[in-house]
Amino acid sequence: MIESPAPAAPGAVPALDPERISADFPILAAGPNTGRRLAFLDSAASAMKPRAVIDSLRATYEGAYANVHRGVYAHAATATANFEAVREQVRALLNARTPREVIFTRGTTEAINLVAYSWGRTNLGPGDIVLTTELEHHSNLVPWQQACAATGGELRFIPVDDDGVLDVSDLDSLVAGGTLRMVAVVHASNSLGTITPLDLVVPWAKAQGSLVLVDGAQSVPHTSVDVQALGIDFLAFSGHKLMGPTGAGALWGREELLAEMPPWQFGGEMIRRVEYAGATFNDLPWKFEAGTPAIAEVIGMGAAIEYLTGLGLDAVHAHEVQLVRYGHERLLEVPGLRVLGPALGEPRGGVLSFTLEGTHPHDIATLLDTQDVNVRAGHHCTQPLMKRLGIHATARASVYAYNTREDVDRLIDGLGEVRRVFGLT
Amino acid sequence: MDDMYRELILEHYRNPQNYGTLAEPTFEAEGQNPLCGDELHVQVAIDDEGRVGEVRFTGQGCAISQASMSILTDELVGKTLDDVAAMTREDIVELIGIDLTPVRLKCALLGLVVVKMGMHEHAGTTAPAGWEGVDEISWGAG
Repeated sequence: MIESPAPAAPGAVPALDPERISADFPILAAGPNTGRRLAFLDSAASAMKPRAVIDSLRATYEGAYANVHRGVYAHAATATANFEAVREQVRALLNARTPREVIFTRGTTEAINLVAYSWGRTNLGPGDIVLTTELEHHSNLVPWQQACAATGGELRFIPVDDDGVLDVSDLDSLVAGGTLRMVAVVHASNSLGTITPLDLVVPWAKAQGSLVLVDGAQSVPHTSVDVQALGIDFLAFSGHKLMGPTGAGALWGREELLAEMPPWQFGGEMIRRVEYAGATFNDLPWKFEAGTPAIAEVIGMGAAIEYLTGLGLDAVHAHEVQLVRYGHERLLEVPGLRVLGPALGEPRGGVLSFTLEGTHPHDIATLLDTQDVNVRAGHHCTQPLMKRLGIHATARASVYAYNTREDVDRLIDGLGEVRRVFGLT
Repeated sequence: MDDMYRELILEHYRNPQNYGTLAEPTFEAEGQNPLCGDELHVQVAIDDEGRVGEVRFTGQGCAISQASMSILTDELVGKTLDDVAAMTREDIVELIGIDLTPVRLKCALLGLVVVKMGMHEHAGTTAPAGWEGVDEISWGAG
């Protein structure tokens, strides 16, 4: 039903062939402005979709669509089976213990909101600390601001240095005078590519008796993530960033924690028994899935996971590390260009954020678009971080399995054109 | 590649007209386009005949926002406030002479929106609901 590349041999990390992979992505064949291949360098915002995912959506709607969980006819049973099979795929992807720990959400934002509401409103109080970082996407910042405002808890921040690299040298002082209850941190920064040193932060948090939530929006699509090996408690990710449809993502949480947490949305699907005067609630994971879920999108996310694991996440990661290093080196050749985030050679996700003296990021992105080179420009939903770094916005190029060196070369050529247009050469 | 950045835009971006501040403005206003981080602060002095005598602005942001403001300041001088109030997004598009995507159009409109908001604040009137661009732009008094 779904074509995917042959699985990698155990132990080996084969090199990806991004040209061949690109052939699986119809949208990349021709850009809207030039007809040339689309040099799509904005996968950190949302990834393009392989034919396998597009075909999956069609297969659901044409072949086996019905609402899930209650229907007694054949399509309902098939749709339910296909939908629930993705829960097992996500469990395997993250090496979770049981699919009961996988809750489908609209994406990362809803997953974090679920924890901030359900766990936060129940467990936080005056004197309690939620620790996050100065790198966070608004989705892992604003929910905790609200949870703390509602409960009297206090939100504190692991600082970044002037390059946007986390300073974890004195974590103890950050929690002085309070009780650390939750460490909610991004795994890989969408804005700068900075990697949070979870191997250091998680054991420290555990020694404080705290829970740990990881925003995996920029890590789960790009590298192997093992929630048991990381020793964390919650992880959120979005399907659309791992080549799946929009509107589907997941929260993983440790079963014993999820079991104690109250539902946060109420209605159909999440109930066991309802009377006019009250209701009892369903088991995990459905007690957190009120209403009809994104059925075809979740099944499509399953097709994306199958495609990605077929490529091999270790191979995807190795490809991106090489490509982002190449891009970093080439960007440093451009006069007046500043790359933000980790220095060349330091750990970095698949993101290159930069400013070019004498130009505004939006002008850069608009001019590059005329060449069908797609980059993002703006604050990347990290306004406090931009302020901390003393800038208003950056241009950001991000890579994925389908990106080639030629895509990066076209970015560099385009930046040369930007400099020419703005009279900087 | 540079069709969207006609010489007019680049010239005004590099050498903005009426850049600076006035000693005694009749009114002033500032606004941001949070999407891009474009910022403009505009001051307007009305002369004895009720026309725009002088305009100055400061700001930072993309070439479209800053150049559109510069071009607009030249256009405003000599107009009555009624004339300014009657200006539309189409007037701005015509002035700058380039096609823009909806996101970038907001950059181009920021200047006129800031001027109109300043006028409303000066007159004590409420800005018209739904004026194009107002929804996305945040305000601070001058």
